Amino acid sequence: MAAKSITPSTASKNRKKSIGAMLKRDFIKYKGIYALAIPVLAYFILFKYVPLYGITIAFKNYVPTKGIFGSQWVGFEHFMRFFKSVYFKRTICNTLLISIYDVIFGFPAPIIFALLLNEVKNSVFKRTIQTITYLPHFISTVVIAGMIIDFTSQNGLINNIISLFGFERSDMLMRPELFRTIHIGSGIWQGVGWGSIIYLSALSSIDQEQYEAAYIDGANRWQQAYSITIPGIMPTITILFILKIGGLMSVGSEKILLLYSPVTYETADVISTFIYRKGLLDMDYSFSTAVGLFNSVINIILLTIANTLSRKVNETSLW
Amino acid sequence: MAVMKKTLGDYVFDIINTIFMWFMIIITLYPFIYVVMASLSTPKLFLAHTGLLFKPVGFSLESYEAVLRNPNIKIGYLNTLFVVIVGTFFNVIATSIGAYVLSRKGLFWKGPLMVVIVITMFVDGGLVPNYLLVQNLGLYNSRWALILPGLISTYNMIVMRTAFQGIPESLEESARIDGANDWTILFKVIIPLAIPTMAVISLFYAVSHWNSWFSAMIYLKDKTKYPLQLILRDIIVQSQVSDMTTMDSYMDRYAVSQTVKYATIMVATIPILCVYPFLQKYFVKGVMIGAVKG
Repeated sequence: MAAKSITPSTASKNRKKSIGAMLKRDFIKYKGIYALAIPVLAYFILFKYVPLYGITIAFKNYVPTKGIFGSQWVGFEHFMRFFKSVYFKRTICNTLLISIYDVIFGFPAPIIFALLLNEVKNSVFKRTIQTITYLPHFISTVVIAGMIIDFTSQNGLINNIISLFGFERSDMLMRPELFRTIHIGSGIWQGVGWGSIIYLSALSSIDQEQYEAAYIDGANRWQQAYSITIPGIMPTITILFILKIGGLMSVGSEKILLLYSPVTYETADVISTFIYRKGLLDMDYSFSTAVGLFNSVINIILLTIANTLSRKVNETSLW
Repeated sequence: MAVMKKTLGDYVFDIINTIFMWFMIIITLYPFIYVVMASLSTPKLFLAHTGLLFKPVGFSLESYEAVLRNPNIKIGYLNTLFVVIVGTFFNVIATSIGAYVLSRKGLFWKGPLMVVIVITMFVDGGLVPNYLLVQNLGLYNSRWALILPGLISTYNMIVMRTAFQGIPESLEESARIDGANDWTILFKVIIPLAIPTMAVISLFYAVSHWNSWFSAMIYLKDKTKYPLQLILRDIIVQSQVSDMTTMDSYMDRYAVSQTVKYATIMVATIPILCVYPFLQKYFVKGVMIGAVKG
């Protein structure tokens, strides 16, 4: 992706000279830009690449006084410890289940919402709906979690509503079987409007004449939706689906950390929250890093597989 | 455009769809309305109340008084303002310098530089290596730990680069003939021509600073440095409301603690609610810029 940016004319002119002379010329010609590039490069090395080097502690017994370099190599010991522990199955199952339910319910929600919103012809009403449904996206996780905690408590809003229908009140966040529903349901509530933006923009770029032609040919609204609208947003759906599949094994820790408790660990504890507890609360640095590395490797494999499949089936891909 | 005749089915669909949209509006707004009503209620009456709320039960500003009495809220606000203002300022400067370098044509090292940068979008050191780095740099328990590690978002930088590339080269050439150096060209020519994109990116950085709490939780030790979100977590998630309740009986304190939480949510969310309607279109634009690039 980057190579094409070198213009052909300068490239062919320079080819005749030695590489050293070429670099020197390039450097003198663009010295102002290189001067600006140095702090940027320094930032990326310090804050992005040094932590990558820090991953080596996954294969060592990290002792703070010895540093990352001086600590003893132990090979795959920490990985084996994770694979053999009871947490291995629990965190992976919980992560996958939350992701899979999110793919089933959370992924189609903004698509359906965008399709229905697209059918609203009154533009003032449409804009009002958009403004309102985008709002929860900007409310912080802490506030959302606080609202969830209050609403699901014994005397909270949700219990007030369901008790009207004859259900029994309960402290919902204390019930492991409800944790995923609460997590995913609140996620949809917060994200459905915002997530629809990208589909709405894809919908607005569909050529209106296609609909007219279809109408003249006698296609009804459903047939138009099925043969024009859906294919029109399919590339967008595919790209976002690849990203979703690529993220199957990464469920963010922030909301879960605010909502879970030891009572609900059996369904709520995911890989990222486990990494946090082991790494920063138990200070088991090497072990936590090993779990994180294992997780990243799986993520990269998943993303590559999803991308390859989509390129074959759909001719749409990330790279 | 040919006028499409509506069938009976179309009318039915439109009615159901409108009802669904009203349902979406209600379900999105009602939780916020409930929070407002609860925060304005008389604590004891609210505790006894069950069911939905459409107006405050009783009326009392007691909860807001309690929130404003809490010194931590004020400290949290000031800390958050510092991180939002100073952090966003450095974010934007650093991101635009990076975007400028990457948007130049003909640079020999640009290809490798781009690879080095794009890789960081896919691989990350992870929690512990990043934590150890911050510690080793001596940034632990410093507000700079909330600013420096996330100084440049690679994604934002690439979006900005795309905007810079769209600026005609001739403008830059004429500035260069007038003797301007790269620094001047960036700040006097390029940035003024990319204001809409700059605004969007600044907003994204500012909102993420405003909402962030996790880095503050792991990197800060002193409560006097806590940003608002972390103070909020203590109050509304972990129910640490004792600083604010002055009543004697346990029941009174418990009652106030409930409405105080709602009042705290309001105090922390009102700024976002106030600016959101005016900034919404920029945020939406931001999503579009990213989508075009993708």
